[in-house]
Amino acid sequence: MLRLEARAEPSRLMSWCSPLLAAVLTLLAGMIIFWLLGKDPLQGLRYFLIHPVKDLYGVSELLLKATPLMLCAIGLAVGFRANVWNIGAEGQFMLGAVGATGVALYFAESDSALILPAMVVAGAAAGAAWAAIPALLKTRFNANEILVSLMLVYVAQLSVSWLVFGPWRDPMGFGFPQTAMFHDAALLPAVLEGTRLHLGFGFALAALAAGYVFINRSYTGFKMRVAGEAAEAARYAGFSARRVIWIGLLTGGAAAGVAGMAEVAGPMGQLTDKISFGYGFAAIIVAFVGRLSAPGIFLASLLMALLFIGGEQVQQYMNLPSSISMVFQGLLLFFLLGSDVFIHYRLRFGRAGA
Amino acid sequence: MSSPSPTAGTTPRLRLAGIRKVYPTVVANDGIDLTVEPGEIHAVLGENGAGKSTLMKIIYGVTRPSAGEIHWEGERVEVANPARARALGIGMVFQHFSLFETLTVAENVALALPGRPPLAELTQRIAEVSEHYGLPVDPRRHVHALSVGERQRVEIIRCLLQNPRLLIMDEPTSVLTPQAVRRLFDTLRMLSVEGCSILYISHKLDEIQELCHTATVLRGGRVTGHCKPAEETPQSMARLMIGKDLPVCEHGPAATGGEARLQLSGLSHASDDPFGTDLRDIHLDVHAGEIVGIAGVSGNGQQELLRAISGEERIAEKFPVRIGGVEAGRLNAAQRRRLGLCFVPEERLGRGAVPSMSLADNAVLTAARNAGLVRGGFLSFARARRFAAECIERFDVRSGGPRAAAKSLSGGNLQKFIVGREVLQTPRLLVCAQPTWGVDVGAAAFIRQALIDLRNRGCAVLVISEELDELFEICDRIAVIAKGRLSPARPVAETSVEDIGVWMSGLWPGAEPLPAEVADAAA
Repeated sequence: MLRLEARAEPSRLMSWCSPLLAAVLTLLAGMIIFWLLGKDPLQGLRYFLIHPVKDLYGVSELLLKATPLMLCAIGLAVGFRANVWNIGAEGQFMLGAVGATGVALYFAESDSALILPAMVVAGAAAGAAWAAIPALLKTRFNANEILVSLMLVYVAQLSVSWLVFGPWRDPMGFGFPQTAMFHDAALLPAVLEGTRLHLGFGFALAALAAGYVFINRSYTGFKMRVAGEAAEAARYAGFSARRVIWIGLLTGGAAAGVAGMAEVAGPMGQLTDKISFGYGFAAIIVAFVGRLSAPGIFLASLLMALLFIGGEQVQQYMNLPSSISMVFQGLLLFFLLGSDVFIHYRLRFGRAGA
Repeated sequence: MSSPSPTAGTTPRLRLAGIRKVYPTVVANDGIDLTVEPGEIHAVLGENGAGKSTLMKIIYGVTRPSAGEIHWEGERVEVANPARARALGIGMVFQHFSLFETLTVAENVALALPGRPPLAELTQRIAEVSEHYGLPVDPRRHVHALSVGERQRVEIIRCLLQNPRLLIMDEPTSVLTPQAVRRLFDTLRMLSVEGCSILYISHKLDEIQELCHTATVLRGGRVTGHCKPAEETPQSMARLMIGKDLPVCEHGPAATGGEARLQLSGLSHASDDPFGTDLRDIHLDVHAGEIVGIAGVSGNGQQELLRAISGEERIAEKFPVRIGGVEAGRLNAAQRRRLGLCFVPEERLGRGAVPSMSLADNAVLTAARNAGLVRGGFLSFARARRFAAECIERFDVRSGGPRAAAKSLSGGNLQKFIVGREVLQTPRLLVCAQPTWGVDVGAAAFIRQALIDLRNRGCAVLVISEELDELFEICDRIAVIAKGRLSPARPVAETSVEDIGVWMSGLWPGAEPLPAEVADAAA
């Protein structure tokens, strides 16, 4: 007979093995799905895992896809560490894109080198402002930040639609819901010749480094961790609970806003009503698969980017529906939560007792 | 003294043979033999972690032993669950009560009985039992309006209604006034005379000496001795319990004329908790170089008062709390620490320390500023480790070193660490809640001495404790909190345990007369 036995203390080894186990189980389940759909499972895996990274261009596309995930996830991790549950990075991402687009369109005639920095600032500020709404409602009225931040995603989505169908629609765009293409001064330079990989990837690496230092080394990060681990201890030590909420949400919002900026100023080059592919939601999974730590998030966002691109590939080459990549994301989170049980419990064979 | 010893030669009421209980990291019980005769009051004595509670849980069917046999009145039995234990005739009164606050006494009792006894009849039976055993409690009252002593009576009555032949009492006096302890002992002696056996768990040696016929001493999960308490002294039993002589605190006279470091002037605060206690017009000064103690039965406003002093709960106005002369009522806990306040809370894990964090990180929790553990907004790991290491060494904290997680320490060692962390910051005012609650005798004496040393160096110390003996041992002045009001503080030499016991019911000279019901409830 199988049974679970509580561990005396959580296993550190298991807390790092659990994401790997989840990844393996996701692949196995994926193969079964391919098989059920009447496709060759090994072929499917090849398109999913190997094909996307078979050459330098493929790798650059992977990093490009991972960029918004890294940015959103590291920002979320700061809040999640403190039990501040910002589920609305998707909306904050869109607002960041809107903020940056506003700057690009307003200074469409200018060639100033200050435009890009201004777009970064505008993107971060707009994302943070969007996250400030749940923070304000939480600290003032104790409104649940999970619900508020999630619902604001839909408000953000509709606002973007209104902008690109209405005031910001490109007059030369044949009526498509999109703005004019940005001029060169408002586009992030490529970092790898001949690919679409742009400076935004550098932002993401810098954000990971900054997030690592903030969470693990700074006194403020320490206070956030204490608030997340033991709220009573934070109160006893005199750490302000409101400040923790504000920092947690604003950091997540600003990071997602920068990700949104990097998307419109990078591969998109304009704002459309399909600006996000669910990066903000996928980043929640990335943050947890990466154990809310910067190195973990780096690896997890590469894995998640692979699932995104792999999904497109099997759609293209094997005639599978595009929702297959959502299925893989869901499987990954499902198996991660399942594997996490083994951090606190161990599997035992045989009867209880002795 | 005690009722006549039970007659020998009869079948023992309960006999345990080779009881062993293994948890993933510890062996809680290791080959324990224990025999309880009919009508015997049998003490189980031991420090925290000696395995007393585990053994009682095994007898009552809450946990099952890994090995060993239980014989009940001569027959081998398996006690699979508490219901089975009750069916055998075993009752248990837990240290922490399990009563529904929003129900009446009779309703609470009905819930514990098998079947559905009619309430009217039950009310009658409760009244009879409470009359017979001298356990006054009104079956129609709601539990939230009862004092702790009354709640314990409800628990005991609930057991007695099932006519137990063995009653287990786990640390029953830790929450009672001295007068209530007297009444409880009378009840227990009466039960013993009627033939009910009692297993009495405690670490209060004087009580065991007064009440119990025999005692079994546990240390480290094993039986280390048996004795007849009447023939022993508290000192000799302590030696059996901890394996060495009990250290004695050195006190010395208090310095006089120190400045007032803590001034409470007319502190009133309504509790957020519907079953909490409102603080009413509290006045108290604590001066440099003295230890002031606050006695009282738990739940009379201690928690609320501590939070109002520590800053975890901010009060409406600035003036009622002054720390070092500064009006601090609106300041948070960190700001009050900057005025020289250090604070040891009652709960260690989760409030005084973050369970999953290392001791070094837990040093940063409150000593960041005073010990310079943060530089330019960043943690200084080396300094934090050094501070934690010093604390571990000076306060004899048994742990895996500064990197060990707080939750890996036993309660007593974590308490030593927290007290050490606060004391090493050389506070101007130290507020300490239940400094030795659940700490074994040796460590308790050490912590008391640390508080006295701090006072001798000119710190003002406020101690809130439910242990009267402790307060009389270390304090210079004692006040009593009852129903959210604070009595005047009296020099220890001018008062006695008996006086303070009376005050604990809210009856001190000059006290506002309380409504009859409230005064009764506090008794």
